[in-house]
Amino acid sequence: MEIYKILYSAPDAQELGEKALGKTVTFRRGVHPHEGNGEKRASGAKPIENAPAPALAAVPLLQHTGAPCKPLVKPGTRVLVGQKIGEPDGFVSAAVHASVSGKVKGIQPRIVAGGRRVTSVIIENDGMDEWDPSLAGVRDPDDPAQLLEAIRAAGVVGLGGAAFPTHVKLSPPKDKPIDTVILNGAECEPYLSADHRVMLEEADAVLDGLRIAARITGAREGLIGVEDNKPDAIEALRRAAGSDARVCPVRTKYPQGGEKQLIQVLTGRRVPSGGLPMDAGCVVINVSTAAAISRAVREGRPLIERVVTVDGAVGEPKNLRVRVGTEIGAVIAQCGGAKEEANKIVLGGPMMGQCAYDLHTPVTKGVSGVLLLCGHEAERPLGNCIRCGGCVEVCPIGLMPLTLYALARKGLYERARDAQHLLDCIECGACAYQCPARLPLVQYIRAAKSALKRA
Amino acid sequence: MEDSALKRVASSPHIHAGRSVQGVMLEVIIALVPAGAFGVYYFGWRALLIIAVSVLSAVFWEWLYTRIAKKPCTVGDLSAVVTGVLLAYNLPASVPVWMPVIGTLLAIVLVKMIFGGLGSNFVNPALTARAILMTSWVGYMSGSAYQVAVRGVDAVSSATPLVAPESYELYQLFIGQCPGCIGEVGRVALLVGGVYLIVRKVISWRIPVLMLGTLFVCTWLAEGSVYAGAYAILSGGAFLAAFFMATDYATSPVTPVGKLIMGVGCGLIAFVIRRFSSMPEGVSYAVLIMNLTVPLLDRYTHPRVYGEVKKRA
Repeated sequence: MEIYKILYSAPDAQELGEKALGKTVTFRRGVHPHEGNGEKRASGAKPIENAPAPALAAVPLLQHTGAPCKPLVKPGTRVLVGQKIGEPDGFVSAAVHASVSGKVKGIQPRIVAGGRRVTSVIIENDGMDEWDPSLAGVRDPDDPAQLLEAIRAAGVVGLGGAAFPTHVKLSPPKDKPIDTVILNGAECEPYLSADHRVMLEEADAVLDGLRIAARITGAREGLIGVEDNKPDAIEALRRAAGSDARVCPVRTKYPQGGEKQLIQVLTGRRVPSGGLPMDAGCVVINVSTAAAISRAVREGRPLIERVVTVDGAVGEPKNLRVRVGTEIGAVIAQCGGAKEEANKIVLGGPMMGQCAYDLHTPVTKGVSGVLLLCGHEAERPLGNCIRCGGCVEVCPIGLMPLTLYALARKGLYERARDAQHLLDCIECGACAYQCPARLPLVQYIRAAKSALKRA
Repeated sequence: MEDSALKRVASSPHIHAGRSVQGVMLEVIIALVPAGAFGVYYFGWRALLIIAVSVLSAVFWEWLYTRIAKKPCTVGDLSAVVTGVLLAYNLPASVPVWMPVIGTLLAIVLVKMIFGGLGSNFVNPALTARAILMTSWVGYMSGSAYQVAVRGVDAVSSATPLVAPESYELYQLFIGQCPGCIGEVGRVALLVGGVYLIVRKVISWRIPVLMLGTLFVCTWLAEGSVYAGAYAILSGGAFLAAFFMATDYATSPVTPVGKLIMGVGCGLIAFVIRRFSSMPEGVSYAVLIMNLTVPLLDRYTHPRVYGEVKKRA
């Protein structure tokens, strides 16, 4: 087993940039958080269950990367399910819709994941679950403009975590032609299995979303990367794909689902430093986002619910389809409540997810998981870097996290940017995950990046 | 459900691979045990006494320093134990008992702690201490110091292999049937310990393989015989230095390419010292000299950054 692990992660033994044809491929370096951490996928075998709509939905007007929406409703108005209640302000923004039918009780700030206070529309559910009758699929499914408009109108954003508006991703400038659409089904974070279940249960919708994205961008090739610990999902997708797309098993390794890593692994191309996937002729979409695209186009259905993995120290780990605006307290209660040892709530995966401040935090479009973890990092004093070089060995980008950390601690942000490639960091956290001195490497790097952004 | 119990907030990642500094040091200690056991078997109980005094005094000095400097006590990270063991392994079993005590004072306080503790020193503590002891008490550290009663070797042929190359066969060197320092003669044991550290991913193969490889090739080319090359890596402290000294985290490069250069440099300098200087042994100085190049190596061997566009001049 030990020998196997060495071969498994020896950076030089790994195939680089090979086009995947049924063969498992991977990127350089990275970590294996699935190994040796016990039951990481307790929720893995659990089919998706529908969570009941909340009695009170708090729908934040900013659930995406970009500008917040302007509210379209006033307290007292009755709204229907799927009715637009937030108008996107600018191009990089995404519409927000009511997730329940009922009366708007108020427009108030709510604390969302990461601690930001966001203006939210509070809707009192009348239990009628009455849908907006004007919602309908596109008339001409061959017209890219109509398809794109349907996605924009439905407020579809990336469901992997970053919640970048999908219509923006699908409309690159004319001088950046897209020839490949990549679906990201790697789901490389431990615990999470929401994408896994979507691939299994909604493989046809996922493939439909891929075809729609290819139609809009004019891409000729469709590739789907799935980690090889989900053979059932690979099989389901292959059946649904036929000859339209290639489903490529990728090695179970973190951060296999990183956009840059996946592009490199599946196409052999690299996104230039400081660039976007379109600079490599690619657009990368999460598999659950693809299913949402399909529903937006075929049924005109806005993004008002998503599949959330509830796992960790809970009574019964589950995959729940949750309406946006549901309090995480209600979600946890449906899974048998938190166990006593739990002391923090992580929204998203354990490697990149953000902590929730309380049980009233609403589920938003970008919340892929609600994890109850037992963290003890607060009691830990900062030790010395012992220069073991482990962070250099695991960084998937080829950075030297120990050097960035040292510069960030001294406040030398410009030097970190100019001499040490600070801005290339994808903040995957592999460095801090493996650091034997348990230094907050990625945390300091993140702080340095945001300090530069503010400056 | 108690809401307040779930209020811990932290920045991601929220999980950890589980390895700790203490764990890493423990792995190194485990890897060093076989060579020490061989030394004790071979040189007798006196070797054990020297190792014990060295370890205890190393821990004591670190404790005393943190006490006086009013710093948090760092003895628990076990790095002082490693330094103590390594210093003892670099001494002949015949040295007076006070020598490791002075040696660890130099290694722990002068080299490590006053530069900021573990990870902040720029030269190898144990090797620096050995070098100072060597120049201060030549009589205790060289020549007749190795003429102690050892198992399997008669008193006549107890000149070290580097001084008297004709006295030993290769296999004798490999199985440790020759005089030397406490921890350097058990070469099979050192190899086992070194491979253990590589398998456990505590150290990289790069430095030991390149260091021994370079020393082997250089000697082979210079002497014109493979035998001489093999003799070079199997004598003196080459094995001990390659696996346990040159790979010291604080004083070796963190980048893969830097490690390769470190290995080649150590091998090359060891060869040059052994062949052209008046000293019979040179691996410890080779490692110390390469220690000084580490900041430079790290700086100029940055890994290739993903998506970096090569600038054309």
